[in-house]
Amino acid sequence: MQRHILNVLVENSPGVLARIVGHISGRGYNIETLNVGPTTDASISKMTIGISGEPEVIVQVVAQLAKQINVFSVDDVTAKPHIDREAVLVKVSTRATGRAPVIEVAMLFGAKVLGVHPDSLTIQMVGSQMQVGQFLTLLQPFDVLDISRSGSIAMAQS
Amino acid sequence: MTQMTTSQRYGSSSAATPTQEMLRKHGRSGAQCVVDGLISNGCEVLFGYPGGAVIDIFDKLYDAPLKFVLPRHEQGGIHMADGYARATGKVGCALVTSGPGATNAVTGLATAMMDGIPMVVISGQVAMNLIGTDAFQEADTTGITRGVTKHNFLVRSVDDLPRVIAEAFFVASTGKPGPVLVDIPKNIQQQYTLQPDVSMQDVTIRAYQPTLLPPPEQVARLAEAINKSHRPVLYVGGGAIVSNSCSLLRSLAETYDIPVCTTLMGLGAFPETSPLSMWMVGMHGSIAANYAIQQADLVISAGARFDDRVTGRTSDFACAAQIAHIDVDASAIGKNVDTDIAVCADLRQTLEALLPLVRKVDRSEWVAQVAKWRELKPAVYLPRKDGKLQPQIVIEALDRVSEGKATIVTDVGQNQMWAAQFFRYTRPRSFLSSGGLGTMGFGVPAAIGAQLARPDALIVSINGDGGFQMNIQELVVAVEHKLPVKFIVLNNSHLGMVRQWQDLFYGGRHSATVLTQDNRPANEKIVCEEEEPAYLPDFVKVGEAYGIRSKRVSTLEEVEQVFAEAFADPHPWLIECIVAEDEKVLPMVPPGAALSDMILPPRK
Repeated sequence: MQRHILNVLVENSPGVLARIVGHISGRGYNIETLNVGPTTDASISKMTIGISGEPEVIVQVVAQLAKQINVFSVDDVTAKPHIDREAVLVKVSTRATGRAPVIEVAMLFGAKVLGVHPDSLTIQMVGSQMQVGQFLTLLQPFDVLDISRSGSIAMAQS
Repeated sequence: MTQMTTSQRYGSSSAATPTQEMLRKHGRSGAQCVVDGLISNGCEVLFGYPGGAVIDIFDKLYDAPLKFVLPRHEQGGIHMADGYARATGKVGCALVTSGPGATNAVTGLATAMMDGIPMVVISGQVAMNLIGTDAFQEADTTGITRGVTKHNFLVRSVDDLPRVIAEAFFVASTGKPGPVLVDIPKNIQQQYTLQPDVSMQDVTIRAYQPTLLPPPEQVARLAEAINKSHRPVLYVGGGAIVSNSCSLLRSLAETYDIPVCTTLMGLGAFPETSPLSMWMVGMHGSIAANYAIQQADLVISAGARFDDRVTGRTSDFACAAQIAHIDVDASAIGKNVDTDIAVCADLRQTLEALLPLVRKVDRSEWVAQVAKWRELKPAVYLPRKDGKLQPQIVIEALDRVSEGKATIVTDVGQNQMWAAQFFRYTRPRSFLSSGGLGTMGFGVPAAIGAQLARPDALIVSINGDGGFQMNIQELVVAVEHKLPVKFIVLNNSHLGMVRQWQDLFYGGRHSATVLTQDNRPANEKIVCEEEEPAYLPDFVKVGEAYGIRSKRVSTLEEVEQVFAEAFADPHPWLIECIVAEDEKVLPMVPPGAALSDMILPPRK
């Protein structure tokens, strides 16, 4: 099972998000990450869907999405050269360790400290899904109080 | 596609929005827009059931130039619209109220969705300010119907309404057709707009491009494969009928000696009387069709979708063959079986491009083999010695007495399969049946819809005693509208298809499939001092209560007699055939087995 990232251009109108998500889950496929945002055309939104599955399953998901009336295009960027990014906000307790070791890990990943509190730090990190995963692994020994993680966004590189 | 606002269209720059007075004087109400939109998009018959959330639309229907039909249950109404659409290819139209009206429509929508039937269903919704408050008769109709419609709309502004109605017809009838639902809140029906009526001819939807031209290189590959093939089979589905491709398919088959099998939905797409016809393929398909698929070197799927009831075990399906698949629905290609040559396009245009590229090949050996298989008949049954009427014989008699001219509408189960096996279909749209969803209760209302669409046709509705009771209330519509539908009930006092599976695969344990007191499992027996009536219900009395000429028959002579009488009579009839309770539909490919692995009747 490989993780695929699908860029789906949809009409920006009410109900479209529910329709797309419903069609995927209704067929028993599981969405891992989801991001929706505007594009240069105000009437079109871009959905980035992270989904794992066997190749034939993904082909079927793409075909099912493409035939929806509100869908302009479905692009499986996974097989192409592409850049994908996720963002994560982490709040780490510094009560036990002090700030220095936490900041050291953050520096290694090019992460930014956005909030400094007496007993905790709030850190922003942006990277590929794998980098975000590694970053969170390295933070595990610390006392992580909260995580907010975005879905993947991706762009094919031609 | 962006609509002009009312002020852009009518107002001057000084009047940003028209006053209510102006709107009422020059505009139309949302309810009026619905009725106008239906009519201008070709709706001639509307099936509908009133309710609080659609009262405004019904008020506008009061004097509209439109035939209106009142079913007695919303499900029946949707099946009627569906039968109407199947009989003609036109868009079937229905109108239901909010909440229970809409939820009752769900089975009908799913039935049409699975078989690609064009329908537009309008549902009322509670007023916009009440949506989400658990208001009286509120349901999340667009949410509930999302998976059973090709598309649905919740109309949020009366100015959108004319366009949305036209878009609904456009989406329903183009590409692979399907049902479209338009949910209209009550306050939108009551508001006024200056927007003019819109016709589906003027509609474009940016993200929806339904007309697919065949890619020339794929058509060339298909032609090359056909020209190299010695044992080709055309596997034809309902898409051939939808796309009006039957005569082109016939020229392809007959000019180039390509034997044809059809799916259940494809019955009638190719004349079954032709020496190249191998009848139906699949679970209850013919020996000829199932063997030919397994021995073919090329299977050309034309408007079919490799349903599991057709393929049997897919790993053993047509192992020796290249698979070519022509389908307008890209998601159908490669879904169930691997495809070697895919043509994602309109079937008719594909065949038009394909025919000039096909060459004559000597296939006399293959055709001779097919002729040999054809001797084994489309389906089989053993004559009985106990004198009980056999349902298969009833269908044969129907074919004989109607001289093959009947249009058959079936319910679901054994009755449906026997109707498919023992009547020879020669014309498109002469077999109407719930193929994909397998909806019991389809047979009665769909036949009524078909008869409304084709008043002069001999419409015969074939039902079992189970499904007949699932929409029996619609008989009244046939009487009211003087529709000469011939309703046949094959009464074997069992839910026969499930009973057949219980006999074959569950050790004969007839759980919940016996409709008489005898032979029921102990926990289903109902202890009662009085003796149960001989017929429960007494279908003849039911028919008579509705004012339908009704007869009960149990011998072939009686069957032929009553068919001859009924078919010549311009009134509806109910003919109850008391048939042997233990007949099976054979041949049968057991679920999960290979196509060539058929259960046949024991030899005499």
